Amino acid sequence: MIDRVRALVSDHAGLATDVSSLAQDADLYRAGMSSFASVQLMLALEEAFDIEFPETMLSPRTFSSLSAIEAAVAQLTSTAA
Amino acid sequence: MDAQTSFLDQLFAAGLLIDMGVPGLYGRGGAFEEVIDRFEALVTAAGGEAERVRFPPGMNQAHFARSGYMKSFPQLAGAVHSFCGDSHDHHALLSALEKGEAWSQGLAPTEVMLTPATCYPLYPIVAGRGPLPAEGVLFDLQSYCFRHEPSNDPARMQMFRQREYVRVGSVDQVLAFRQDWLARGQALINRLVLPYQLELANDPFFGRGGKLMAVAQREQQLKFELLIPIVSETHPTACLSFNYHQDHFGSTWDIRTPDGGIAHTACIGFGLERVALALFRHHGLDAKAWPKAVREVLWG
Repeated sequence: MIDRVRALVSDHAGLATDVSSLAQDADLYRAGMSSFASVQLMLALEEAFDIEFPETMLSPRTFSSLSAIEAAVAQLTSTAA
Repeated sequence: MDAQTSFLDQLFAAGLLIDMGVPGLYGRGGAFEEVIDRFEALVTAAGGEAERVRFPPGMNQAHFARSGYMKSFPQLAGAVHSFCGDSHDHHALLSALEKGEAWSQGLAPTEVMLTPATCYPLYPIVAGRGPLPAEGVLFDLQSYCFRHEPSNDPARMQMFRQREYVRVGSVDQVLAFRQDWLARGQALINRLVLPYQLELANDPFFGRGGKLMAVAQREQQLKFELLIPIVSETHPTACLSFNYHQDHFGSTWDIRTPDGGIAHTACIGFGLERVALALFRHHGLDAKAWPKAVREVLWG
């Protein structure tokens, strides 16, 4: 799953750095992701994994790193299954 | 009758606002305008030296598009449409009007958008002047703004005036400006003997993604509002706002500091009608009968 997350971050987070070399716990906001880019990323994750982030998860923390995103997506896909 | 409609009816009856048949679109009576004039004079005295610029309530559509407004607030935007057709189109339009049918499809978008916030037209102009001076720049602005949010709350108009001071410069310069105005704004409202509270706030970003942006905005403490109860004690109205945009407008318009860095911006906004409404709510509908202390501050 982390590879799919990494590909989506690469396409939507608008980072200047190479996402393929980014540490899983690196802060995406510090790496240059804007608030609006995080919304684009959120919508792309929802479409790719067929999930909907509940209101309680709509906070910057959820999208702050590759591993945070992976954990959130894992939680929602396991609930759905 | 709810509190909003009741206060609105009182304002109509007193001739302070004039009903135009559309919620949020009102004429202003002379006594209402006089209060706005006097309050603006007070703001000018508090604002100190700044470059005074006045824009019309419409802005360049290309500038509007580049500003990113549609990313965050598509639900509030308004565009100017005009008739651009030929004689046949004109005939069709008149015929639809005569039959009472929909006719506005006979209008086409123009290069003008309604100004959504007073400072939006400013940034491309600042960028066009080249790199900022070392001390940064400070502007004094005022214009009518449009936001499509029809409501019977007189404090939520569709067309209203914002007075703004806008600081463009380094991070330190703009944060010091906002910090200074947090104190100045409260002092100003204290002199008018109005109850208020200062709160961390967020903009009304659109949609589910907007929730995420609102949380981020709060976590970074980018926006504070000075709230005064107008139609509700439990939901007071934001009358002043203190906004730090980080490098949003600086990077959008490529505004540079003298060392080549991206400029940061902050603005202080006064909702002029809202402040006037707060005064009429708390001191009475007849400004001549307001407490002496308040009248002295405004009329000297």
